[in-house]
Amino acid sequence: MSHTLTAWIEGVGLIAPGLPDWATAAHVLAGRTPYAPAPSVLPAPALLPPAERRRASRIVRVALASGLAAIEHAGADARRLPAVLSASTADCHNCVALCETLASDDPRVSPTRFHNSLHNTPAGYWGIATGSMAPSQSLCAYDGSFSAGLLEALVEAASSHTPTLLIAYDAEHPAPLFAFRPIPDAAGIGLVLSPEPTPQSLAQISVELTDAPATLLADPALEALRLAIPALRGLPLLQLLASGTPGRAHLDYLAPLSLAVSLTFGPAPC
Amino acid sequence: MTPLHLPHYTQVSCVGDGLAPFRQALRTGIGGLAPCHFDGTALPTWIGEVAGLDDAPLPAPFADYDCRNNRLALRGLQADGFDAAVRDSIARHGLRRVGVILGTSTSGILETEIAFRHRDASGALPASFNYHGAHSTYSLAAFVRAWFGLEGPAAVVSTACSSSAKVFAAAARMIHAGLIDAAVVGGVDSLCLTTLHGFASLELTAPEPCRPYDAARQGISVGEAAAFALLERPPATPDAGAVLLLGCGESSDAYHMSSPHPEGLGARMAMEAALADARLTPAAIDYINLHGTATLNNDAAEGCAVGALFDGRVPCSSTKGLTGHTLGAAGALEAVVCALALTDGLLPGSANTRQLDPALHLDYLLASRDAPVKRAMNNSFGFGGSNCSLVFGRGA
Repeated sequence: MSHTLTAWIEGVGLIAPGLPDWATAAHVLAGRTPYAPAPSVLPAPALLPPAERRRASRIVRVALASGLAAIEHAGADARRLPAVLSASTADCHNCVALCETLASDDPRVSPTRFHNSLHNTPAGYWGIATGSMAPSQSLCAYDGSFSAGLLEALVEAASSHTPTLLIAYDAEHPAPLFAFRPIPDAAGIGLVLSPEPTPQSLAQISVELTDAPATLLADPALEALRLAIPALRGLPLLQLLASGTPGRAHLDYLAPLSLAVSLTFGPAPC
Repeated sequence: MTPLHLPHYTQVSCVGDGLAPFRQALRTGIGGLAPCHFDGTALPTWIGEVAGLDDAPLPAPFADYDCRNNRLALRGLQADGFDAAVRDSIARHGLRRVGVILGTSTSGILETEIAFRHRDASGALPASFNYHGAHSTYSLAAFVRAWFGLEGPAAVVSTACSSSAKVFAAAARMIHAGLIDAAVVGGVDSLCLTTLHGFASLELTAPEPCRPYDAARQGISVGEAAAFALLERPPATPDAGAVLLLGCGESSDAYHMSSPHPEGLGARMAMEAALADARLTPAAIDYINLHGTATLNNDAAEGCAVGALFDGRVPCSSTKGLTGHTLGAAGALEAVVCALALTDGLLPGSANTRQLDPALHLDYLLASRDAPVKRAMNNSFGFGGSNCSLVFGRGA
């Protein structure tokens, strides 16, 4: 059997369609409140300077807001935490605009469009917004991007002996890319993962590689969300956390692999 | 960190396929830059283009991944017997114990750019447009994982021009956490209109072959490359020629999206972190392969940080005058430069550079020369303020 990675969840942030924050989402995921579909609400990133705040794209907004929510929930200092940002791709609105310009008679692009085309644009704005000079990682693994980010955050926390922030996020694909990759809306999950238990710890998380099929969500609307937005392949983990009872779920990763995720609650072992 | 071993590594760039032409270019200072005519583009700049990619589709079983970037990746895998070395590692460790952690910034965006020229009246892209295998940033690792039939962890790191340096750090963490026993690491970036016009829009493309750290430098020459290394735990007693990864350091500028911190504060933090990770002092480094893009700001900021940390005592150079700035492949390509500096006892010079910027306090190598190199540092810094330094060393 594969090696087990362990950490403690210190804080959670969530923004998804119909799930505006973790407090609301926890009730829905635990079955205490019915799910009501609604477009994702993305707050303007208050920490960015005014010009950048106004221009911040939806993918930057969802990444920063879900990361900051997790940091706030954990009572952590963003400047001290390595950050792992994982998304299936970069800002697709910007990509379409760039490619339209490059296909036109005048292929001169705007410098802002160019630097906003990067996969690590949200990580760059994360640093500018929080002032964090800690390492940040930007990666992707298509529909396995949540699990790839979770693994990276767990090994980063273990190797740096520092609580590490995971931000898994995606944003909608506009036409004409939508026809090939129908991601309908933006969503983000933030998790602060500590290598040691603390008084703030919400649960202990243990992760190993397996090949069991991914856990499905019983509510068809939530299951549709899990499949529609790659970052939300992490929802079964958040459902375990919301339930408050020990359990195990499997998350999509890269076939034939999936991640077996176990949560335990209660006082940290001495 | 506990050192890791690079038993095999290779590269394909505008200087040629494999280590032999790369060694020769590093010794002679004769590189592969040429005036830009890529895809009919008439930008007044020079580029480092790899020949022969247009006529070399991927073999039929991998047609789903066909794009310029993955064709270049395959050329890299086929150079210097790298493919066989990976298969040998897989035979020893197992399909699930060898990871694929690769860097790219472009992936197959060239094919997307071309598809946008062929939209129909409704604006739809042609049905042949390939999102998963070409456009997706992950397509590089998806292709390499499929090429080897691997079933283990994989990811693409995409942090602009530090991407394929950071893959060494990410793979090392995974190996040390016990998740995998070996990793195919590296970077592949290919020419496209986005980067050529993008850097031109920032007025960062030079009208001549780039001249890193020169007093009269005018900007970058965009290049393309594939560079790969196999990363494993070292044997109990590595032989004298073995190349080891000794330390990794990463930081963020938290300053600006496309300009470095003026004094290179983030760069300095990454170098200090890499030295600390390797448990070395600055005096233990024998050669630094600088990021050295040849833009005014990059070289000034990096030069300031290197000058302050190493006090002008460590021989250093940028080799981008040979290959151009290969962006998402630069970290891995220049890790290979460090490996050759270590194994060959070579201090590579800075092709095209005539006179060092007098504002910088550096032992800058204008020409290549022979000297023993026991430890080498590789700097890679990207847009978004993403910094990574790696320290490599020789066994024994």
